Amino acid sequence: MDLFNNLILGFSVCLTPVNLLYCFLGVALGTLIGVLPGIGPTATIGMLLPITFKLSPVTALIMLAGIYYGAQYGGSTTSILINLPGEASSVVTCLDGYAMARKGRAGPALAIAALGSFFAGCVATLIITMFAPPLAEFALKFGSAEYFSMMVLGLIAAVVLAHGSLLKAIAMVFLGLLLGLVGTDVNSGIRRFDFGISDLSDGIGFVAVAMGLFGYAEIIANLELKGKRAVITTDVHGLMPTRADLKASWKAVLRGTGLGAMLGILPGGGAVVSSFASYTLEKRVAADPSRFGKGAIEGVAGPESANNAAAQTSFIPLLTLGLPSNAVMALMLGAMTIHGIAPGPQVMNERPELFWSLITSMWIGNVMLVVLNLPLIGIWVRLLTVPYRLLFPAILLFCCIGVYSLNNSPFDVVLTAVFGLLGYIFIKVDCEPAPLLLGFILGPMMEEHLRRAMLLSRGDPTVFFTRPISLAMLVVSAFLLLLIIAPTIRRKREEAFQE
Amino acid sequence: MKIIIRNSKDLYAGILFIFFGVFSVAIGRNYPMGTASRMGPGYFPFILGSILALLGFIVSARALWVGSDRIKPWVFRPLILVLLAVLAFAILLQRLGLVLATIALVVISCLSGWEFRLLEVAILSLVLAALAVGIFAYGLGMPLNIWPF
Repeated sequence: MDLFNNLILGFSVCLTPVNLLYCFLGVALGTLIGVLPGIGPTATIGMLLPITFKLSPVTALIMLAGIYYGAQYGGSTTSILINLPGEASSVVTCLDGYAMARKGRAGPALAIAALGSFFAGCVATLIITMFAPPLAEFALKFGSAEYFSMMVLGLIAAVVLAHGSLLKAIAMVFLGLLLGLVGTDVNSGIRRFDFGISDLSDGIGFVAVAMGLFGYAEIIANLELKGKRAVITTDVHGLMPTRADLKASWKAVLRGTGLGAMLGILPGGGAVVSSFASYTLEKRVAADPSRFGKGAIEGVAGPESANNAAAQTSFIPLLTLGLPSNAVMALMLGAMTIHGIAPGPQVMNERPELFWSLITSMWIGNVMLVVLNLPLIGIWVRLLTVPYRLLFPAILLFCCIGVYSLNNSPFDVVLTAVFGLLGYIFIKVDCEPAPLLLGFILGPMMEEHLRRAMLLSRGDPTVFFTRPISLAMLVVSAFLLLLIIAPTIRRKREEAFQE
Repeated sequence: MKIIIRNSKDLYAGILFIFFGVFSVAIGRNYPMGTASRMGPGYFPFILGSILALLGFIVSARALWVGSDRIKPWVFRPLILVLLAVLAFAILLQRLGLVLATIALVVISCLSGWEFRLLEVAILSLVLAALAVGIFAYGLGMPLNIWPF
């Protein structure tokens, strides 16, 4: 069986000592930054990207992926113990997780979060194994018109699922697309928007953008809060959930996994959205919704499974279509490009060992995470006592060195400061930076495909509507936009994000 | 007539978008537009910039009527000092080497916090400088100057 052989190939690559080591490093780091509020996977992956230069592409991707799904585990720990989400994707876990901890049931909450995540991780790995190959096969038929329409769909979906104002999110996408155009135009050789600065002739580095918008801006915003840190008051004892806990939560885990896996595949989806969606779903199907917020174990089990499932299935569009579905995937795309791999449907055929070992590493990483998170929980909790005033200079330093070493260019470090300022302004005026980063990554690709499609059609823009796959994607995009503009759904969406 | 700004967050966001949109259209005019079938380097930026400016206009115009989300006061101290720390690092790294650049970054960024304990900052900057040299210069073999000489 093909699938079976592929998995064997994957395991044979990722079970080598080097890959196991870096997989472990990745998930351990992911847990660490998941536990530490104020630094997320986006900034971390950007920061560590240069370090992966010396590794083989396979090893590098295995480690970077581990950071992302590892962060989903770690984020729940602080949500449950001190009501402080380490990651945006575990914000909802605070509601019932912390309530459980206050009732002295932190142990079972942590255990169910880890076990639910583990189950979701395993299922998501299987889903990638089953669905990625046919999707890549399908994508090989795509021409420029299809790619352009698909990016339109991806960007619109990203906007629809982002929280906050729809108009501002769309504007952020356009701003990102524009920023992506800075540098030498590949067709004419003309340097655009470079202000005569030669460092800009290759464009703005995406790591500088990501680090400024996500890393620095967040540090600055955190410092405004005068560094108040909650103190852990709960003791963790009795990790094992009771039989009643398991009985109450297994359905929530299943639903969360399903929902998360689905939302993860959608462009713009990902861990954050799916955890919110899962919480809303659990509340709706519960016999007694009033228990939620007071320590209902389903409120932990569902979202925690959902965010982990989504973190993993969001690799599907990246690996099969070359399309990043969220900011972290945009960075992974950058990482692949740096290592000389053009992401897209051809990766699976040309680099099967890379593709399958990345997928099998996710399963192995999940096993490691359960071990890391349950018996070793005490160590992670102790890390929280490190005060932020000692932490943030270290984060800042590693960001600077990381960006610098990408091109050995001090100019890139200056750029991060510029984007840090911009990111801080965005926080002040309530603009989500994620759509901007997505647009930034897709900008050059979109222009290229638009030009090529229009050239082939001799300037006839109807080409996007006459090719069936392209038309279908544009119809779905329009439908998504209509959905969000329709008042009833808009209200529900706002509701979902407010909970 | 006095205009009451009800939603200053959106107003400023909109103005920011208008600025970037108009700016890119203005600069983009210098690049050849080409035709729809043979797009020049000015074509896509022109479309994007115009739409961005339009969106910015709608966002800021709506802000005069809809919502009441006031912008929170700016806190300049961490903003300026954190960015200054980064810039200092960028300027000093190649001139004075990794150790001194790290110390500068740590000291300046620590000033942006709300507590500055001299001994603590001194230890932190030395520890981080040692770590940076150990991990990046020796461990990963990156081409970094360590000292000014």
